[in-house]
Amino acid sequence: MTAMIDCQGLTKQYGTLLAVDDLTFRVEPGEVLGFLGPNGAGKTTTMRIIAGFLAPTAGKVKVCGYDVEAQPIEAKRCIGYLPEGAPSYPEMTPREFLEFIADARGVPAATRRQRLEEVYGMLHLERVLDQTIETLSKGYRRRVGLAQAILHDPDVLLLDEPTDGLDPNQKHEVRQLIGGMAKSKIIVISTHLLEEVDAVCTRAVVIARGKILADDTPAGLEARSRFHNAVSLKLADPADLKTAKAEIEALPEVASTELDERNGRLTAFPAPNRLPLTPISRLAEQRGWALDELHLETGRLDEVFRTITGGASA
Amino acid sequence: MNGMVAVFKRELASYFTTPVAYVFIVIFLIVANAFTFYLGNFYERGQADLASFFTFHPWLFLFLVPALSMRLWAEERKSGSIELLMTLPIKPWQSVLGKYLAAWAFTALAIALTFPIWMTVNYLGAPDNGVIFAAYLGSILMAGGFLAVGSCISAITKNQVIAFIISVVVSLALLLAGLPLVLDVFAAWAPQAIVDTIASLSFLTHFDSISKGVIDVRDIVYFGLLIGFALYANTIILELKKAD
Repeated sequence: MTAMIDCQGLTKQYGTLLAVDDLTFRVEPGEVLGFLGPNGAGKTTTMRIIAGFLAPTAGKVKVCGYDVEAQPIEAKRCIGYLPEGAPSYPEMTPREFLEFIADARGVPAATRRQRLEEVYGMLHLERVLDQTIETLSKGYRRRVGLAQAILHDPDVLLLDEPTDGLDPNQKHEVRQLIGGMAKSKIIVISTHLLEEVDAVCTRAVVIARGKILADDTPAGLEARSRFHNAVSLKLADPADLKTAKAEIEALPEVASTELDERNGRLTAFPAPNRLPLTPISRLAEQRGWALDELHLETGRLDEVFRTITGGASA
Repeated sequence: MNGMVAVFKRELASYFTTPVAYVFIVIFLIVANAFTFYLGNFYERGQADLASFFTFHPWLFLFLVPALSMRLWAEERKSGSIELLMTLPIKPWQSVLGKYLAAWAFTALAIALTFPIWMTVNYLGAPDNGVIFAAYLGSILMAGGFLAVGSCISAITKNQVIAFIISVVVSLALLLAGLPLVLDVFAAWAPQAIVDTIASLSFLTHFDSISKGVIDVRDIVYFGLLIGFALYANTIILELKKAD
């Protein structure tokens, strides 16, 4: 079972709108792939095609070696899918709903009870098990959706915006859950939250207008930022600022500096392939500047994201 | 098969967790009995049979069954749960059949709950219970026909009101296909064979003979084929426009 998700030339056209444009990528076991893109970029459409809900206009998807179009049942068996908005049956209780999913997925009777209890626990659903889903908060509904997706312990998890509508604590829990399952599975999450990519993904694919614009590790993406390896500092005494700016700019490791007038933070951008942190800290010591703040920037994903997708939001 | 059973169970249970089941059954029982006694002149006829009960079933079903079938797929579409259902490892025809059978079982239950009228007629006289049994069977078959048509139409739209209205109109056309109202339109110019074919599509014609106690294989085959065809179309529609 190599290359558990294999997309070849996926294309989806709605009338004249090209929602997904010739996407080709593979995802290997152990990877957590983050689909990043502005709204309308084709993330959800791609997820739906992989999950077998939509048929592509052209191209092929194989999941666990099964062609999603030719062997849909086999493919769907090894996928756990959280659709966008976590739809379910509002008149059911989480218990009834998850029992239905266990029936539909043919979870073996021997492990069924134990597995259900385990999933209730993992998503902290015990308290709301017998309340109808329509009365639950958005966060609980999302967790019921997640429970449904992981119930049969699938090899491939497709999660469309898994943390949308959750509060920071819940987000953290869901991310931990995803991280905990990541080793043995393929996980694809779509999101427009950049912090999420940093927190859980081992690989990030940026798409806009149905095309892959970048495919890299989160660190690799950060490295594309002009802030990558830049140094930010704040002086205790604003009087030193002018000389400091000039002297830092003069360092060979520094290409340029930028001063944020609002908070007095000075950012020094590195010259190509140079690391300005040490020279700057040395310089500050020599000149006796009192520093309130000095830190190394790793790169800003949001800035990279904006540069890559460059106003491509639809 | 597991999948179909799961869908069936879920669907059937959902009737009883919402007020749908109770409203439907109560209204059906009230109206069915009111028609029997007031319009059907159950007492005045002085006959120990249930003709005045069964004769109104086609007209009752015309409105009540679409009210039941309209939500089958339109609601799944509206709430987005269709995406969940269609990405479970269940073949679409199994989902269609599971939901349909649940709705049919529910309708059969509603029809079975009219049993007091059967007890009444047995108390008052000595009816031919074979005929009554056949008529019940015919009624359930006919309800199944209406339901299949309604389920198929419900798959077209996400709007339940539209599903209801179209289902009523299509059902009406199927009901009346055997009446002069429809047949005269064709009789004037079409060859007799076509007129006969159209007449043979009529729910009324087929239901009439069964409700008189004549269980003709052709009537059963007719409803069987109609249900099969409607559900087949339902499955195709579903696969074609899952996501719209």
